Amino acid sequence: MTSSPAGGPPDDPGPSTGSGAGTDRLDAAGAVADAHRREWAFVLAATARVAGDLDLAEECVQDAYVSALEAWSQQGVPRNPGAWLTTTARRRAIDLLRRDTTLRRKLPLLVEPAAATPPPAGQLAAEEGSGVIPDDRLRLIFTCCHPALAREAQVALTLRLVCGLSTAEIARAFLVPEPTMAARVTRAKKKISAARIAYRVPGAAELPDRLDAVLTVVHLLYTTGHTAPDGGSLVRDDLVDRAIRLARMLHQLMPDEPEARGLLALLLLTDARRATRCAPDGRLLLLDEQDRTLWDRPAIDEGTALVREALRGGRPGRFAIQAAIAALHAQAPSYADTDWRQILLLYDLLGRAWTSPVVTLNRAVALAMADGPEAGLAEIGELERGGRLAGYRYLPAAKADLLRRLGRRDEAAQAYRAALELTGNEAERSFLTHRLAEVTAVQPGS
Amino acid sequence: MAEYLILICEDENAYATATPDVLGQVMEAHNRFAKQVEETGGKIVSGRALQPTSTATSIRGDVVTDGPFAETKEALGGFYLVEARDLDHALEIGKLCPARFGGVEVRPIMVFDSM
Repeated sequence: MTSSPAGGPPDDPGPSTGSGAGTDRLDAAGAVADAHRREWAFVLAATARVAGDLDLAEECVQDAYVSALEAWSQQGVPRNPGAWLTTTARRRAIDLLRRDTTLRRKLPLLVEPAAATPPPAGQLAAEEGSGVIPDDRLRLIFTCCHPALAREAQVALTLRLVCGLSTAEIARAFLVPEPTMAARVTRAKKKISAARIAYRVPGAAELPDRLDAVLTVVHLLYTTGHTAPDGGSLVRDDLVDRAIRLARMLHQLMPDEPEARGLLALLLLTDARRATRCAPDGRLLLLDEQDRTLWDRPAIDEGTALVREALRGGRPGRFAIQAAIAALHAQAPSYADTDWRQILLLYDLLGRAWTSPVVTLNRAVALAMADGPEAGLAEIGELERGGRLAGYRYLPAAKADLLRRLGRRDEAAQAYRAALELTGNEAERSFLTHRLAEVTAVQPGS
Repeated sequence: MAEYLILICEDENAYATATPDVLGQVMEAHNRFAKQVEETGGKIVSGRALQPTSTATSIRGDVVTDGPFAETKEALGGFYLVEARDLDHALEIGKLCPARFGGVEVRPIMVFDSM
């Protein structure tokens, strides 16, 4: 897959957004920051192929961004910043490889067709001249999410290499000491070169499984940001935004994959509620308490349209089905007036596509809305006895809510306490404490 | 092509108590494996089965002890050294490798710089 950035190489910056002799340094800094957000993955992915090594590629891309600040202040921002940065980073990589023989002796990143040595200058010049730089972003993300790497390593590598986050930023996002995160990233990169994990997009036979791993990593990033595991604020906006951007990128690069479409839809539809998930005092607001007029309508419209297309092909996957459930919530005028029957059907479908006790728990909550709290409670009781969700905070929380609605206050209080013991997020704790106080309050006349 | 070692780790007890029929099937599976590897475009460089860990002797420093380094339910019982294009290819071969009483571990062989 290739894309054709419209801009020329650095020697020919073409018409620029700057006026006359130069751009304001502040404008240049803004353009560099913007290019970091938008173009990092493209630039690094294209450079890695030439550098033959992820560390070297990262270093050269960092250098390119530094020199961009200077160059763009003086010559103006190029028409295609991504192409400018890629060309600069790739030339730097070739330069270093020519000068430093120890770099060349490293195990080269395995690119097919095999390119054991840096491509001849002629090939690079031809690519630049035609304005077509290969788009290697899919190679990059499939390499980062290779199943031979542990899930936590996949997540860390994706944030570092595809999103361009620093190790310190990733460590902060996952509440891990920075040296631990640095070791995790280094170990994963070493495994890629030593075990020869190929820098390529998997073939058709492996693609469904491999794509699922990639989408799972992006979804995990989103959920980690959506309800931060610990700390004061409910949502980590930076992680949530990164995850949505990644989902959008995957959908653009693989427009025919229904699950990539489904994931983007799911994230957009869930995120449309972001602004209403907390009360002004920081307390968590559940779906039935949220002000639906404040939901992000454009995001809901976009997500809903994507769901329709994702479901069209038949045999929808788990992300498309979850997105369809989210779409029904987004369209309902109120919690009570939600199409719970339809949601229940979708959960049954989801249970067949993806066996997970979490799905069963969510289905139980929908069942309680469709057939009454007792029905939901019975299913949750069965899940509890199965033991597979032991330690999962949303099980006692859901159980407590159903008991509360049935007026079984003592049992509800017990379940709220169990949920509190498992919850580290302040907004969630505050919500549970609030509910616990309600069910333990002395009732008038008792 | 790169080299990988496929370490076969299995429950030794299962072999000790297996019927001749089962052992015959295992042998057959290993013979078949050699052919299957070639079909994937890979190559077996060498392969050996080991005597059980009850025959092992461990040495650390000057101290010689009877038995393996670590007593585990599944122990190294054999290996194949194979040639594969990349890790995905090596894992494809690893999945074909017979190990009915356990599993296999795939390790890349270290390549040293020729100074």
